[in-house]
Amino acid sequence: MTSSLRLRAAIVSIALFAAFLGIWHISTRGTGTVANMTPEYAKLMGLTATAGKSAMPGPLDVGAKLWEHLKSPFYDNGPNDKGLGIQLGYSIARVALGYFLAVIVAIPLGFLIGMSPLFSKALDPFIQVLKPISPLAWMPLALYTIKDSSISAIFVIFICSVWPMLLNTSFGVAAVRKEWINVARTLEVGTVRRAFTVILPAAAPTILTGMRISIGIAWLVIVAAEMLVGGTGIGYFVWNEWNNLSITNVIIAILLIGIVGMLLDQILARFTRMVTFPE
Amino acid sequence: MTDKFISIEGIARRYPGADGGQISVFEDLWLSMARGEFGCVIGHSGCGKTTVLNILAGLDEPSEGAVIVDGQAIEGTSLDRAVIFQSHALLPWRTVLGNVSYAVTSKWRDWDRAKVKAHAQKFIDLVGLTGSEHKRPSELSGGMKQRVGIARALSITPKIMLMDEPFSALDALTRGTLQDEVRRICLETGQTAFMITHDVDEAIYLADKIFLMTNGPGAVLAEIVENPLPKDRGRIDLHRHPYYYALRNHIVDFLVSRSKTFAATVTNHDPRNVPIVRPGLSEPTIVASPKMIETDSPQTIAR
Repeated sequence: MTSSLRLRAAIVSIALFAAFLGIWHISTRGTGTVANMTPEYAKLMGLTATAGKSAMPGPLDVGAKLWEHLKSPFYDNGPNDKGLGIQLGYSIARVALGYFLAVIVAIPLGFLIGMSPLFSKALDPFIQVLKPISPLAWMPLALYTIKDSSISAIFVIFICSVWPMLLNTSFGVAAVRKEWINVARTLEVGTVRRAFTVILPAAAPTILTGMRISIGIAWLVIVAAEMLVGGTGIGYFVWNEWNNLSITNVIIAILLIGIVGMLLDQILARFTRMVTFPE
Repeated sequence: MTDKFISIEGIARRYPGADGGQISVFEDLWLSMARGEFGCVIGHSGCGKTTVLNILAGLDEPSEGAVIVDGQAIEGTSLDRAVIFQSHALLPWRTVLGNVSYAVTSKWRDWDRAKVKAHAQKFIDLVGLTGSEHKRPSELSGGMKQRVGIARALSITPKIMLMDEPFSALDALTRGTLQDEVRRICLETGQTAFMITHDVDEAIYLADKIFLMTNGPGAVLAEIVENPLPKDRGRIDLHRHPYYYALRNHIVDFLVSRSKTFAATVTNHDPRNVPIVRPGLSEPTIVASPKMIETDSPQTIAR
């Protein structure tokens, strides 16, 4: 039953994808000669003017270009011409660094807030004000104080991924069942051992859920941040290709951003499953 | 005179009320138990039974008074006093062995793994869970979970075992089996145990002394019932014993009517000298109160 449902869903998915490609292909193909021009002039104007070809690239153009990129993902011909592998690598490295810093800050701080009602109340107004600020709004301040565009982008990733982790950690820690705490108390387990042997495993699923939300947000924000700071990264690539008016490359970049985002989410989902315990 | 292994001395527990005043769960409660005794507290919900147990466990603190165990006033929780929780309170991410081992390593920090495992295994075997060591709590039935809870409590070889309605969430059949197990273990090891229950038959089967508490707020320990049934009583012929119905009726009568009217009708109740009752063939008679024990001959002591 389940397998047949899976199979049918896969068939529908493939059919939808094929229909999408077909419509895309039909709506972007050339419509034949539209104007008579001298060959030199026609060469200058390109297929859009001579053969009525749409300015939008079709699926075959995108496919051919993608194959070209996949064949040599790591070439480096100077600042404005790097392989997609290199650009994605820069973006992933920035996200990883900013995210890692956020984990280091958010999880201990979340523990503190979750375990101490005093800190929970005292820090609440700050969190409430800071949380809704768009991470990109920090960018000018980061550029001004850090004076390095690359580190500023990492800072922006840090600031956007810290909140979901902080809130989920503090919530998970505060919501640990009283009876489990009481077990540790009656066994005279000290605070540090209690934090690692009872509170951490009990709150881990909630913490990992926060980390999963954070990685999603971080990947969303890195594209926008790199468009601003420029230089390297998939976000910069998108903006650079837009300036080059290479819509094909923009579409390829969009596709790759989606795939990498999905992979990051899947990795965190797997970690979440590892720490989830049935009750 | 019996030695007071556990002695609750004049404890009170009050909570701040809504109007700024204080709501008192109970006041001036005195209670003592000898080593190796099994005590059951019976009373309606809200009489502060669980509060008494939590204070004994060190999870709660009395607003007044003190609790003395083995000659020492208790301060907070201790590995000497193990608690079996009503909701078993197993750590769901640990296996059966992991849950028991956690308690063992908490008591003996310097033990190596093999020693911890062997010790934990001994208590898993004791509660009849051999073969289920590597199962997680979610794979166990309610009765098996509570067996793990019992194994965990016993594994730290406590001076006192505290049980807060440990079997109330179980079906009647499982409850009966676990009562047998607890009784067997307590008799074998001479364990001192303090249990809270709603179940009159459970108290009759398990307890040496049954503490009857009146309704809260302002609950008092009304009387101490000494179990007249023989120590080697069995579940099968328990209800055929000539004293059984006198005892049972006495407790049920208390729960049905006297627990409500006690405060209004009894005016000379002395919380330090709670009457000790030993129901027999005829009407229950007060055989001794601590004052009489001090002044009269030793024959009046009810055991």
